[in-house]
Amino acid sequence: MKKKLATVWLDGCSGCHMSFLDMDERLIDLAEHFDLVYSPIVDQKIFPPDVDISLVEGSVSTDADEHKIKLIRERTATLVSLGDCAVTGNVPAMRNAFTVDSILERAFGDRPVTHPEIFQGLPKLLPRVRPIHEVVKVDVFVPGCPPSADTIYTLLRELLSGGSVDVARLTRFGA
Amino acid sequence: MTQAMEVKTLRIDGVDVSARADQTILEAARENNIAIPTLCHLDGLSDVGACRLCLVEVAGTNRLFPSCVTRVEEGMQITTSTDRLQKYRRMTLELLFAERNHVCSVCVSNGACELQALGQSQGLTHIEFPYRFPQLPVDASHERFTLDHNRCILCTRCVRVCGEIEGAHTWDVMGRGEKARVITDLDQPWGTSESCTSCGKCVEVCPTGALFDKSDVGTRARKHPEFLTYLNEMRGGQS
Repeated sequence: MKKKLATVWLDGCSGCHMSFLDMDERLIDLAEHFDLVYSPIVDQKIFPPDVDISLVEGSVSTDADEHKIKLIRERTATLVSLGDCAVTGNVPAMRNAFTVDSILERAFGDRPVTHPEIFQGLPKLLPRVRPIHEVVKVDVFVPGCPPSADTIYTLLRELLSGGSVDVARLTRFGA
Repeated sequence: MTQAMEVKTLRIDGVDVSARADQTILEAARENNIAIPTLCHLDGLSDVGACRLCLVEVAGTNRLFPSCVTRVEEGMQITTSTDRLQKYRRMTLELLFAERNHVCSVCVSNGACELQALGQSQGLTHIEFPYRFPQLPVDASHERFTLDHNRCILCTRCVRVCGEIEGAHTWDVMGRGEKARVITDLDQPWGTSESCTSCGKCVEVCPTGALFDKSDVGTRARKHPEFLTYLNEMRGGQS
């Protein structure tokens, strides 16, 4: 039976998803073994239940990210923290040395104070950007910025066939 | 040198080895091609046992010994790689990564960093400890070099090479615990240091991106700490 695969984009640059697509024609072979049930590249708004493998790119930076990752954890058997943002916080976490107010002011001037309605409905920045495993339990860690297509391919091939991977042999922080 | 060297015999990872009485466990191991990971150690500099990566087990005691600063003894039975040691090495590396801001993806030393390489060789895929994300300064006041405290692991190689090899002693360490920082002269901007000779030795021995040559930014240039062994040889083999 085909496994249910989801890919998720939290606070990252989508580079990990680009790397996923860089598997090129190997995706066709892999696709024999999975259904892509949720992803930025498929039209599915709600994260479905009983997902076998979720590849999660990006760090947890907003209240929406936090809500999403908790739901994903509940509905996923094997949660993969994909890429340095998910694994370490990486570039998004470089804001952690500053307060949220000072960051908003740097980007938008006094608008958050004078025109708060502009920001209504947008996810709120958390005081601190966190790697995924500081929020929910993670099953597999894949560092890299981004992890290479070869790394993602080897990982998926093994996970889809129920095997395990020695990730440190494939990739590292900053790879 | 005519005097006979005292020789000790010991066993490392089940291999019988002999070593001069004044050698460390690390030296004896490496002479016999037994690998022990190190970070603060550098051939040609004195050893300080700062990083604790080279810890080994010695039969008969529960204590762990930093092999870079522990002399060989007759009959020692040493193990360099057990589950316990590997656990502690990984923990040590994780603490180094968590303590400051090691953002490998945007670091000048990405791909040429000893901390990064050690993390990978010791099987690190993530850091269990919560990251501290301290706010740390970057000193780019020197004409040619930059000091980035975000990447510093306080191995003190820069302090030692400047004092022991260049003889300038521009570098030192100020503060304790999480407040410890490498400083130049009396904690002043590097560019204003009067003792610095701009020789660049500190930059070449720095294992991370904490000290770098401005002209190397974006070039993925590797550092060349091996100059030390040549230099010491030229000066009459004092290493």
